[in-house]
Amino acid sequence: MSLLHAVILLPFAFAVIVPLLHKYINKLHTGWFVLPVPVLLLTYFLQRISQVQDGRVIEESIPWIPSLNIHFTAYLDGLSLLFSLLITGIGSLVVLYSIYYMSKDKEAIHRFYVYLLIFMGAMLGVVLSDNLIVLYGFWELTSLSSFLLIAFWYQRERSRYGALKSMLITVFGGFAMLAGFILLYIMSGSFSVREIIAELGTVTEHSLFIPAMLLVLLGAFTKSAQFPFHIWLPDAMEAPTPVSAYLHSATMVKAGIYLVARLSPIFAGDATWFWLVSGFGLVTLMWGSYSAVKQTDLKAILAFSTISQLGLIMSLLGLGSAAVYFGYGEQSAIYTGAITAAIFHLINHATFKGALFMVAGIVDHETGTRDIRKLGGLMSLMPITFTLALIGTFSMAGLPPFNGFLSKEMFFTAVLKASQLDIFNVQSVGVLIPVVAWLASILTFVYSMIIVFKTFTGKYQPEKLEKKPHEAPLGMLLPPAVLASLVIVFGLFPNLLAYSIIEPAMVSILPSLADEFIVKISFWHGWSTELFMTIGVVGIGVLLYLTLQRWQKVYNVLPGKLSFNRLYDRALSTLENSSLRMTNSYMTGSIRHYMIYIFAFFIAVLGYLLFKLDVFNWRNAELAELSIYEVVLTAVLVAATLAVPFAQKRLTAIILVGAVGYMIVLFFVILSAPDLALTQMIVETVSVTLFLLCFYHLPKLRKEITSIPFKLTNAIISVGVGVIVTAIALAVTNNRLFDSISKYYLEESYNSAGGNNVVNVILVDFRGFDTLLEIMVLGIASLGIYSMIKLRHTDEPLDKRHGRTKTDKGGKA
Amino acid sequence: MNNGDVILQTSTKIILFIIITFSAYLFFAGHHNPGGGFIGGLMSASALVLLALAFDLKTVRKVIPVNYRVLTALGLLLAVLTGVGSFVFDVPFLSHTFGYFDLPLLGKTELATAVLFDLGVYLAVVGVTMTIILSIGEDT
Repeated sequence: MSLLHAVILLPFAFAVIVPLLHKYINKLHTGWFVLPVPVLLLTYFLQRISQVQDGRVIEESIPWIPSLNIHFTAYLDGLSLLFSLLITGIGSLVVLYSIYYMSKDKEAIHRFYVYLLIFMGAMLGVVLSDNLIVLYGFWELTSLSSFLLIAFWYQRERSRYGALKSMLITVFGGFAMLAGFILLYIMSGSFSVREIIAELGTVTEHSLFIPAMLLVLLGAFTKSAQFPFHIWLPDAMEAPTPVSAYLHSATMVKAGIYLVARLSPIFAGDATWFWLVSGFGLVTLMWGSYSAVKQTDLKAILAFSTISQLGLIMSLLGLGSAAVYFGYGEQSAIYTGAITAAIFHLINHATFKGALFMVAGIVDHETGTRDIRKLGGLMSLMPITFTLALIGTFSMAGLPPFNGFLSKEMFFTAVLKASQLDIFNVQSVGVLIPVVAWLASILTFVYSMIIVFKTFTGKYQPEKLEKKPHEAPLGMLLPPAVLASLVIVFGLFPNLLAYSIIEPAMVSILPSLADEFIVKISFWHGWSTELFMTIGVVGIGVLLYLTLQRWQKVYNVLPGKLSFNRLYDRALSTLENSSLRMTNSYMTGSIRHYMIYIFAFFIAVLGYLLFKLDVFNWRNAELAELSIYEVVLTAVLVAATLAVPFAQKRLTAIILVGAVGYMIVLFFVILSAPDLALTQMIVETVSVTLFLLCFYHLPKLRKEITSIPFKLTNAIISVGVGVIVTAIALAVTNNRLFDSISKYYLEESYNSAGGNNVVNVILVDFRGFDTLLEIMVLGIASLGIYSMIKLRHTDEPLDKRHGRTKTDKGGKA
Repeated sequence: MNNGDVILQTSTKIILFIIITFSAYLFFAGHHNPGGGFIGGLMSASALVLLALAFDLKTVRKVIPVNYRVLTALGLLLAVLTGVGSFVFDVPFLSHTFGYFDLPLLGKTELATAVLFDLGVYLAVVGVTMTIILSIGEDT
């Protein structure tokens, strides 16, 4: 095991001892023990930056299931490093924040940290795994730990609802993704991402290429909350705020982004990929920002904002994939800019969104509510929090001098370039791309302003708040402060990131163009179209924010009808109801119905087979002559059998059944089976006697002597079964493939076993084992009858029952 | 039922032995002629049923004081042991053998291990039939 494996497994190992720490050291908040884990990992990854920057990747492999080509391969390149830094960096801050957020006395914090550490390890596993199956394993582990974290306050119904919803959606996507991975394996013969990239020629030509792409994208879209799978994210906001900050803004929701970026070398360059990724990204961007404006809950605004920003990153990855199409050349250099923007915005989003969630948590913690209708005028009460919120939201809105401004400019550049793209039939709708992006940016600006100004400015309404608000403790302010300072640092000195992190990450996403791009993020482009677009965003955004009251009515009309939540709920309840209805429709509890299904199936399958196999050829038929005895006996037998269903009284039916049995005895006699005849005779007598016994003991009440009611279904089924069985019997006798083995028994009966009665010799000697088990069956049956009669439970006490039995007996005698 | 049904009871006393003899014949004849443990067992059981009909179940228990569940178990055990006996001679389970011996009174007689197995069947069948009939009969 290498150091890199140890890094992935460390959080899991530590999760094991967290409950012990919590139990035995309860003076100190458990979070303090957890904090060193992400910090340690962060240090490790920080040290790797220079190495990865030089293009040296770390690859370590442990065989796990070698026979299935599954190896636990840890692989650290630019893209993995970027995500690992995010996971551990924000992880450290979130743990620190949670120490102040989660009360050590009121909450089950040991569970919280166990889940959080499992999540952290799983997330590191996702970004560091080269083997797709291992990646999938960690992927589902993130879904699972996210499920546990969302439902951390499991006493609340909304938490359970949100957890279930996110579980259903992400696991649905996860399964699709697994199917996609398996298709990739079928095409390339390998689960290793790099080996698949090496096999690219055969993969792209394969007919399963598009299905694999669609399935993998389904996984990525559900995890990254892309339209229309975004609905789980707002409901996941029921989780504790550190969880929302960590999982649902910075890390887990970016797993889908990671997957798209990681598999870009395989799929990019294909028109389907380009349209799907950028199309869904743009729709998500628009829908998320549109929906965010109408929310009144701070975390709900942030959730939709996350959805929207994830859409932005996704669309940039899609637009950037056009670069691969052009290969080396000037054209590609233009579109690699989109990838740069995607990565840069990914980092920026993690910083400012993390900070904003923490700010929302502080507001919630200090005032008792997150409803912006109740909040207001907190600026003077919580000045530091206000400053942090201001930095975060302005960065999110894309205002200078924060990092969001830079990535937004780059985004505009990318969409403007993409609209002029002359591949993949972009020309027809290309002009829409920048328009959508621009409109979404305006809405982004509006909700960003809502977050900061509705919360912190305006009228202070102390009567609506549960607590008296005051500034948060320093430990709670520190993590968002760190993130906010990063927002400014990255905004002012973007090239700090450019060479160290973004460039290696781009090499991973676009390996074929590795020598092409120069990442240069400049603060000032000159008076370009992008800048005018930003100015337009700010101008119209301010106008819209000021007139919010007037046009917000729009939301009362549209979202009500276009709610995917409603669709999800209805689909779920329809699924439940219809499966219940379906099950109830055939699991009736009536044995008659089950017999109908069994026999109908029997008729259908065997009837089809008989028809299909054409068994009725009479070439080989070896039919014996009919004797007069057989004709007469058959006539009597048929008459007795037919009479049974028409018998008016049960007694008649029993006697008719007996008659059928004795006819069979006669058949055995005619067909020279004396042993069978003897046995049949006695057994028939005994069973008729037992029937009579049952008849005699029918309950006295409701003893109505009625004929069997006629039912058409029964008639059809029974006739069908009869016809099929007869047909099979005929078909079998007419197609004898081998000679019977009875010749051997006839010859060897006396020589080998010393008996002349071949039947008996077969029963006790040649095939005595069957007989042994048959008498065992008889023994079990008799014990069953004995215990049913003697040991049955009744509600009456034992002595009373015996008393009644005696009087019954006396009455009869 | 013991209410002076003299004809039935008297004829039962005679017929019982005939049936039992016939069942013994069926059992021993099984190897060469129609018959065998199964039919023999059923016949014996029917003799006992006749006894129960003519007299009552108490009489049956008094005349033949046998626990029929134990009889079933004995029969099964005998059948299994016949099979297990094969292992002593290092042959597969349930391998039978036979031979001719000169016995006093009977002269040259064929003895077969299959008969022991059949005896197991016979006892089991008698036990099973009587257990069923007595359980049901005593319940009502």
